[in-house]
Amino acid sequence: MTLLVLVSVTLVGLTGTMVALTADPQRQAIVLAVFGLVLTILFMVLQAPDVALSQLLIGGVVVPLMVMLTVRTVQRRHREIGR
Amino acid sequence: MLFFAGAAGVSLLLWMGFAELPAFGQDHHLYRDLAVREAFTHATANVVASVNFDLRALDTFGEETILVASVTGVMALLRPAVEEREYRDSDRRAALDSTRFVGYLLLPVTLAVGLDVVLHGHLTPGGGFQGGVVLAAGLHLLYVTGSFRALDRLRPVNVFDIGEALGAAAFAGIGIAGLLTGGAFLVNLLPTGTRGQLLSSGSVPLLNAAVGVAVACGMTVLLAQFLAQEITVAPRQERS
Repeated sequence: MTLLVLVSVTLVGLTGTMVALTADPQRQAIVLAVFGLVLTILFMVLQAPDVALSQLLIGGVVVPLMVMLTVRTVQRRHREIGR
Repeated sequence: MLFFAGAAGVSLLLWMGFAELPAFGQDHHLYRDLAVREAFTHATANVVASVNFDLRALDTFGEETILVASVTGVMALLRPAVEEREYRDSDRRAALDSTRFVGYLLLPVTLAVGLDVVLHGHLTPGGGFQGGVVLAAGLHLLYVTGSFRALDRLRPVNVFDIGEALGAAAFAGIGIAGLLTGGAFLVNLLPTGTRGQLLSSGSVPLLNAAVGVAVACGMTVLLAQFLAQEITVAPRQERS
């Protein structure tokens, strides 16, 4: 149990650092989804399934999707203005 | 320089706060003992649902209001501006056959899981919020399958907008019913039944359903606005 907690906390730290160090926002959205999944595992290990379910959906699906859609829209606007 | 001063202050405050916390992983939880006892007297199998929709239902009502307000804000910000017009992007690349297959296969499964999470929120982990997000995300599998047109037909944004408001209003209505008959806002006044049954724990399943409707509709509207920005809104002036 303690080993599982240690492993998942370490993974949360590692993936969180990866999110912060990813420069391109579009790639960052994908890494953010992975970070959300790892955080879900940590919540499951800490016996909070309700929170884990919310985290899986919001941190793993909805927020990365919104970031990705926003980045794509902004990039397309830039292209259209630059033309 | 200013950053380091602020960071030092924040870390000092955090350190002082963390020092007061109970030790990690211990067995002595005052609030857990109180909450579990209350949940059992109200025949609610999922103690978290009991805390969210019975003991601290007012907090959930506040969160619900925040969600409605933020969806309204996004709709106001992302509405098509004067110089924009909506157009259908017909030359969007079709998705891979395997992607479409998985999308169509998982659409009914996801919707069923979402309904299950909402309806069994007072028995198993989950509830209105989680189930509502599953429902909204499942609906958008239709976009992954490449048929934005089908998604657009199946998802009239106006209807979902009204649904979100109705869900929030139902939550408030159940609360006011409790105020009128039980003497307190959101008091659990229905018969609680047997713990573990589908129809148990009083008004918790009703509030779960109300939150489920509101969150599913709100999330759908939210994702629809972002998708519409990405797909259908383009500047009016055409450049050759």
